[in-house]
Amino acid sequence: MELLGLSIGLVALFVSFGFTVGVLFGFFGMGGSFLITPTLLVLGYPASVAIGSGLAFYFGPSVIAVLKHYDVGEVDYRLGAILFVVLSLGIEIGSRLIFGLESLGVADLVTGVAYVLLLGGIGALFLQRARSLSDDDEGSNGDDAADDAGGVSDEEIPPIARRIQSYRVPPMIALSSGGRASLWTIGGAGGTVGVISGLIGVGGGFIRMPTIYYIIGTPLTAAVGTSLFAGLFAGAYGTFAYGTAGSVDLTVVGLLLFGSALGARLGSAATTSVDENDVIVYFGLMMVIASVGIALRELATWLGTDALDLLSVFLLVGSSFVLGLLILYKAAEAARASPRAEPVPE
Amino acid sequence: MIESAMEPGILQGLVFVGAILAIAVLLYVGYAVLERVAEPIISFLTDA
Repeated sequence: MELLGLSIGLVALFVSFGFTVGVLFGFFGMGGSFLITPTLLVLGYPASVAIGSGLAFYFGPSVIAVLKHYDVGEVDYRLGAILFVVLSLGIEIGSRLIFGLESLGVADLVTGVAYVLLLGGIGALFLQRARSLSDDDEGSNGDDAADDAGGVSDEEIPPIARRIQSYRVPPMIALSSGGRASLWTIGGAGGTVGVISGLIGVGGGFIRMPTIYYIIGTPLTAAVGTSLFAGLFAGAYGTFAYGTAGSVDLTVVGLLLFGSALGARLGSAATTSVDENDVIVYFGLMMVIASVGIALRELATWLGTDALDLLSVFLLVGSSFVLGLLILYKAAEAARASPRAEPVPE
Repeated sequence: MIESAMEPGILQGLVFVGAILAIAVLLYVGYAVLERVAEPIISFLTDA
């Protein structure tokens, strides 16, 4: 039996996977499109369709986020407009590279290897952070001042960005924070992020925001808002760039968005009752397991066997499901425990 | 005619962007309505 041209099993998989990705996105504020593209790759979709649909999926929640908050916070509109142009140029270059690689028959391999490295790298970073959090807990005497000693407040520009801004290569662009950044820095950094987005089909929020903060040099609050603003339009351009070649599967994206919109609300609500630090180690593990899943799929393709395909889907999708359920379980547990914790006045 | 003024690919790309935009707005409105409808029911059940 088929629905919307897909088997019922696939429809259920896409809606439930969208829901899970939504929970993770709502809870961690990241983890959207970079789980969608590899899953579509593992399910056997061509690289260009997996990437185009991943970018289109990223665009949907960006629209919902803007509708929900009416604005995207503190935005440096001039920087955002320049970033939109260079990100779009980068996405265009990335998409052309993918179509070129596809004609050579190596797009799936290149994208798969890129995802093994990307997810493995992010997973390792999160595991490292979880480890340092647990070390801090053991060594802490309840004084948080030491944690902040080397930190930079939300309104400050990090030292590395100040150093980059000190190299004045014209034309220089005035930033809303009062600083000035070279157009070459903005173009180089934004263009690189765009190429990565277009090449592997990620929205790129997790590299775009740190790039604006650490390389271009804006305060953290402006970096977050400007990243969302530029990302919204870049997501639209990514959908357009892959859409012109018909490489966006609207049915798949629609089903994923349907599940994700609900999941994101629950994930975002869970942040009030579940401590992110309690589950961060599982997020790191999920990323590493997902990376192993893609590596297995690439190995299976290289060996010319389908035997490992099911295992790779199970690892990639299953690890996300387990983490999504764990967050919801912890949120439900906290909700059940909270009325009992409240003292009843006599 | 829009079709004759644009390459078919460009029109197709714009249709995809419009479709995702429409799905996102529809989902946002749909879930907001659902939440508004469900809220009194949930609080009634919780109070009971």
